[in-house]
Amino acid sequence: MLLLLSIFAPLAGSMASPLICKGSGKAAPWLMAAIPAIIFVGFIWHLVGQTDADPIFVSLDWVPSVNVSFDLQLDGLSLLFGILITSIGTFIVLYAGGYLKPKDHAKFYTYLLLFMASMLGVVLANNTILLFIFWELTSISSYLIIGFDNEKAESRKKALQALLVTGLGGIALLAGLILLSEAAETYKLSEIIGMGSELASKPLAQFALPLILLGAFTKSAQFPFHFWLPNAMAAPTPASAYLHSATMVKAGVFLLLKLNPIYGDTAFWLVSLTAAGAITLIYGSIRGLFQRDLKRILAFTTMAVLGMLVMLIGQGSSMAIKSALLFLLGHAFYKATLFMVAGNIDHGTGTRDVRILGGLRKAMPWTAAAAMLAALSKGGFPPMVGFIGKEYVYKASSTLDALGPAITVTALLGNALLLSLAFKVGIHPFWARATEKQESQGWSSLLPGQPHEANLLMLAGPVILAFTGIALGVTSQFWSVGLIASSVSTATGIESLSKVYLWHGFNLPLLLSVITLTLGIAIYLSRQSIWRNESIGAYIADRDSEKAYDFGFRKFIESSKNLTAKIQNGSLRFYLWVILVSGGAIIGYKVITIGVFGSLPEPSEFRTIHLILGITIVSALTYTAFTEKILPALASLGFAGLGIALLYAYFGAPDLAITQIIVETLSIILILMAAIKLPTVEKRVRKKRRIADIALASIFGIFAFLLTYKSAQLQIAATISDQLADWSYALAKGRNVVNVILVDFRALDTFGEIIVIGIAAIGVSVCLDPLNSKAEQKSNFAPIGGSPILNYGAKLMLPICTVISLALLYRGHNEPGGGFIGGLMCATGLILYSLAFGTASALKKLKLDPIRWIALGVLLAIFSGALGIVSGNPFMTGIWLPIFELPFLGTIHLGTPLLFDVGVYFVVIGFATQCAFAFQTTIEGPKSNPLDFKKSI
Amino acid sequence: MELINAIIVGFAVATGVYCILRRSLLRFVIGIALISQSINLLVFTAGGLTKGDSPFIEYGKKTIEQPFADPLPQALVLTAIVIGFGLLVFTLALAQRAIASVGSDDIENFRNTD
Repeated sequence: MLLLLSIFAPLAGSMASPLICKGSGKAAPWLMAAIPAIIFVGFIWHLVGQTDADPIFVSLDWVPSVNVSFDLQLDGLSLLFGILITSIGTFIVLYAGGYLKPKDHAKFYTYLLLFMASMLGVVLANNTILLFIFWELTSISSYLIIGFDNEKAESRKKALQALLVTGLGGIALLAGLILLSEAAETYKLSEIIGMGSELASKPLAQFALPLILLGAFTKSAQFPFHFWLPNAMAAPTPASAYLHSATMVKAGVFLLLKLNPIYGDTAFWLVSLTAAGAITLIYGSIRGLFQRDLKRILAFTTMAVLGMLVMLIGQGSSMAIKSALLFLLGHAFYKATLFMVAGNIDHGTGTRDVRILGGLRKAMPWTAAAAMLAALSKGGFPPMVGFIGKEYVYKASSTLDALGPAITVTALLGNALLLSLAFKVGIHPFWARATEKQESQGWSSLLPGQPHEANLLMLAGPVILAFTGIALGVTSQFWSVGLIASSVSTATGIESLSKVYLWHGFNLPLLLSVITLTLGIAIYLSRQSIWRNESIGAYIADRDSEKAYDFGFRKFIESSKNLTAKIQNGSLRFYLWVILVSGGAIIGYKVITIGVFGSLPEPSEFRTIHLILGITIVSALTYTAFTEKILPALASLGFAGLGIALLYAYFGAPDLAITQIIVETLSIILILMAAIKLPTVEKRVRKKRRIADIALASIFGIFAFLLTYKSAQLQIAATISDQLADWSYALAKGRNVVNVILVDFRALDTFGEIIVIGIAAIGVSVCLDPLNSKAEQKSNFAPIGGSPILNYGAKLMLPICTVISLALLYRGHNEPGGGFIGGLMCATGLILYSLAFGTASALKKLKLDPIRWIALGVLLAIFSGALGIVSGNPFMTGIWLPIFELPFLGTIHLGTPLLFDVGVYFVVIGFATQCAFAFQTTIEGPKSNPLDFKKSI
Repeated sequence: MELINAIIVGFAVATGVYCILRRSLLRFVIGIALISQSINLLVFTAGGLTKGDSPFIEYGKKTIEQPFADPLPQALVLTAIVIGFGLLVFTLALAQRAIASVGSDDIENFRNTD
């Protein structure tokens, strides 16, 4: 329950944030802070109440087929991280309430709580894939947070940089986790880790290690992947405080701690963690020395601390892990405090430039106190928790064998540098005395703003967290078993119950501590001379790995632009060639490997009339393709279409023949309407290209021929048609089997089709209406016609077509006809009428707008289908009334399929008229009189 | 029988492909029309050609008499013709709109129209 709550409560809070912030106004920060606070209490409750160190589990199925389940677990390590995330999170939420403008609250809390939920997910996940998902969620939500000022290009750039670096690491991590899970044959993290160092000897697990390290190092900003972290301070200060102290960057450290039982003994682990950690520690703290911006200094110290942690984890000993955890704990509290202090200074004075800051202790006493405590903790002064961390680091390093002295020296140097940086941020702005120049110009006049203390919301976090630093230091022996020892057990796989003490007596670590303090203070005191040599810092920064990233990023964009320009050159014919050639190659390969040519059947006998028809169609087609003028091309296209209609009739498909004739006629008319305004002679391409086009077209012709000829021989499911024919009258009361299939057996397909043509009609009007609206009022348009024969003919044909269409519709169930054919017939009459008298008059004859006919038809079809449901059967089940006789009309047999056919009829009328009228309107108008039309012929 | 139809289908596809490779957008539309026609005939032919009667049940009888033309491909092709018409008309409308905005039906003028 606690586990699910800790993920879903922040998630829900994130979603509800806009509502909460809008609804509660000033109380919003307190309400939002309640979410992490409650979870924090839950964790503490668990910590106090736990009787043994056994972890608790939750398991929900999610995507079992790919081994992803919503498995959570709470062990010592998760508990430590969970407490950090929620306790610091609570104060961050409050702090943000004071720091940000109220209008930004909703957006910020949405991101922050999402971030919190994903971070809690990372530490609680007990499934490797789930871990990865949360891991990526932290990257994504940190992207949103870093780019919070999304109107600034710089912010967006930095956010993208963080996302790319950690995201690419995340992909490597995914690969690594999958390999590891496959090696362990389970995706349950607890089981994988339970296998311990045995697993590390498997080859798959060995492959996994570098990938996992890549993920952890990018996330935890280890050299050379560190550069995103200092840049991430583009985020609002509360977010930086959170990112740097308890979350995001600690995810990598968490993962390393978690996997230590498996890989801790391998040489690769030791070497890579020690090297990366040590370099990051020293490099980060040296870069920090040359910074002026408070937040940037802090960012580099975070980097340095992460280096220290990684280096310690690499040593793998129980003591090293313990020191890492203590160090991490101390860091979380003082780093959050210092960031908030930096935010307060920024807020109070308008600058974060440490060189012009000083003497703020009077103006900002509370902030100064918090800063002092945090700086002392960071510097490792007793009795702060930071002191314990440092003591244990030395304790651990002095007990190591081979690398011991090297680690000790590195840690010593790192700690001293960190101390100087801590003072620079936490002491200098409040206690530094004015220089002569500042004195002469007036101290605070150099600052952009008049220094003033921050408000309650912004003080709660730093002050309480800073005091926590002391409290934790003094009371270490009471909490250390529950919090640290059990985490050490998780991270080493060995049961640990030892307590942590503040005071160890006079020994080597204490001596080292004294040296650290002395050295650190010395560096701090020489800060002015370091600032004077800023060029050294710039020299290092110029050679940073960020330059490599920038270079790679730029080249990547450039080369993809070039590539895109090459393969997407905007030429339709080029695209078609690529598609056709590659498609043709695939088909051709198959055709040749199967050996189709060798197995062609003997041609069966045919009648001469069929042959003549074939020759006619082929000639018409060839003429269509090669004639240069568009009008003859259209005429021969129509000719070929009519030939195909005859073919349908010849082979026992009268319905098809009728449909084909009408559709062909309408198509030609529409293309003609579109063609009228265009030049009639086709622009020719070069002869070579034309020959290549002919060759390619011929190849596809041959494929189509082979496909048709071969498949006509294969009649594998003739029984379906026999069955349908048998059922046609018995079950569906229809004698026209084709129509019965359309309106009854496969009515749902037909329903889909009328929807499609309805959408096509709407699409046509969307495309053409803007063209039409440019012209004047439609009623002024002159019709295309004007010939008396056409006018009389059209007037005569309209009622005839309508009556015939109704007849076709009515008898369609038993004889050739039906909704499609009837609708097309009716539309043809109307279109002819519109050619003679203009679309406006034709629309009057139609009564309803074509789109409304379509809607009516679709509704009718749905209604007829729904009647089936009412009768307790599936949608579209046919229901029939009893047969009855009527004078003149004969036997009447009504049923829902007929109603459905009427729906089809309406849709087709609406569709055909809508399209035709839309095209016609584009060419109607005062300018295009019949003479123009004749000219173009 | 099948041979002749197969040759027609082959020719229709070949001319269709040739037409869609022309520079004129209207030729492209004609190519689409040809290809959709040819595929209809392909389905029809592949469903098996019968010299027998149309698939109708005579009045007074309850079952159909063998041999009869296969009704299933007919039903498929009938809707395909109408859908093909819808596609053609929509393509034509798009072409018309594109021609109106570019001011030419030469697709070489459509290179930078994204």
